[in-house]
Amino acid sequence: MTMASAEVRRRPPIPGTTLFDGGMARRGFALNAMCYSFNDAASREAFRADEDGYCRKFALTPEQRKAVADRDVLAMIEAGGNVYYLAKLAGIFGLNVQDLGSLQTGMSLDDFKAHLVAQRAKIAPDMVVSTGMENA
Amino acid sequence: MADIVGGYFTSHVPGIGGAIVRGDQQQPYWKPFFDGYPPIRAWLAEAQPDVAVVFYNDHGLNFFLDKMPTFAVGAAASYDNADEGWGLPVYKSFTGHPELSWHIIEELVASEFDITTCQKMLVDHALSIPFELVYPDAPAWPIRLVPIAINTVQYPLPSPKRCLALGRAVAKALRSWTGAERVLVVGTGGLSHQLDGPRAGFMNPDYDRFCLDHLAADPDALTRHSAEDVAELAGTQGVEILNWIAARGALGDGPLSEVTRNYHIPISNTAAASLVLEPA
Repeated sequence: MTMASAEVRRRPPIPGTTLFDGGMARRGFALNAMCYSFNDAASREAFRADEDGYCRKFALTPEQRKAVADRDVLAMIEAGGNVYYLAKLAGIFGLNVQDLGSLQTGMSLDDFKAHLVAQRAKIAPDMVVSTGMENA
Repeated sequence: MADIVGGYFTSHVPGIGGAIVRGDQQQPYWKPFFDGYPPIRAWLAEAQPDVAVVFYNDHGLNFFLDKMPTFAVGAAASYDNADEGWGLPVYKSFTGHPELSWHIIEELVASEFDITTCQKMLVDHALSIPFELVYPDAPAWPIRLVPIAINTVQYPLPSPKRCLALGRAVAKALRSWTGAERVLVVGTGGLSHQLDGPRAGFMNPDYDRFCLDHLAADPDALTRHSAEDVAELAGTQGVEILNWIAARGALGDGPLSEVTRNYHIPISNTAAASLVLEPA
């Protein structure tokens, strides 16, 4: 947690959650800028060909560079990474959002997927989940 | 005055795009989700909208943190999709409706919404997937587009209250439009999900139910939460409900009836939903 983001926040923190506020946006700018560049296939290829050189080009902080080198998603978020942009980096590593969930929660991939499915049980029995299907 | 045919609300999870490419619609994992769309296609075939006003959020295709508008209204003659970096197909372009866009822009600023205007604007999967779901075989989109992007990425986010007011100001603009267009209002994203942090995988069917049950008849109920409250209740990406709230506002203050809804857990990391409301 940066000092800046702690000052900006006016409510108790949400457990297990970092809100991407101005402090985080400032802290993570270089890392997110690199990830944003990965919309371009040539940039993804340049990263694959020379990861260290590509990270230098975007002036990643040492903390960000280490998090990327370690493929440590929680450390990337701590370093200001935003998941909307980090997902583009994850794609280069062949990781989808279930893989990211597994890496961040410490669950195995299978356990994380089962955790997602298990949340179906939280649907209240009397909730209306589907209507209007007879009109199809 | 434009004729508002109704509102279409849907999740826009990127994984849906992958499932469509693979033809997985009838696979057991995907079927309960895709089953929500035939009723929406049937309704659209009757309603015949020719322009869509779409509230959505950009995921780092058009907007980066160097310039992050809270509310951005497209005013382009056409809108392209492009490579988003994670393997989705590049989707068809949309034809815009710049005259209606500028009317909405004029009216929004007159209503004291100080929006950003975009004459060039890439639109991402959050805009394309909702139309892939309901016009799966269309060689070209049968509707023209007015996109309105809401910042759901970088705090401070606009509050649910402000998003509902934005939508209501769009409704007012549509009422004063002299064309005879048949307008479909669309809100994309959600429902509850969280991709980042140790709480990744969080979903909250009780909050989703609250949203689904109140959106039509009492949307102001959704504005009693701050955007940060919504992040806690719906997850950090569940704040995409802001797009639904704004779209609900754009349907105006008249009574609405629910045409169809579908809710399913999970699609990817998301509690996925679709909903259609029409003037009662």
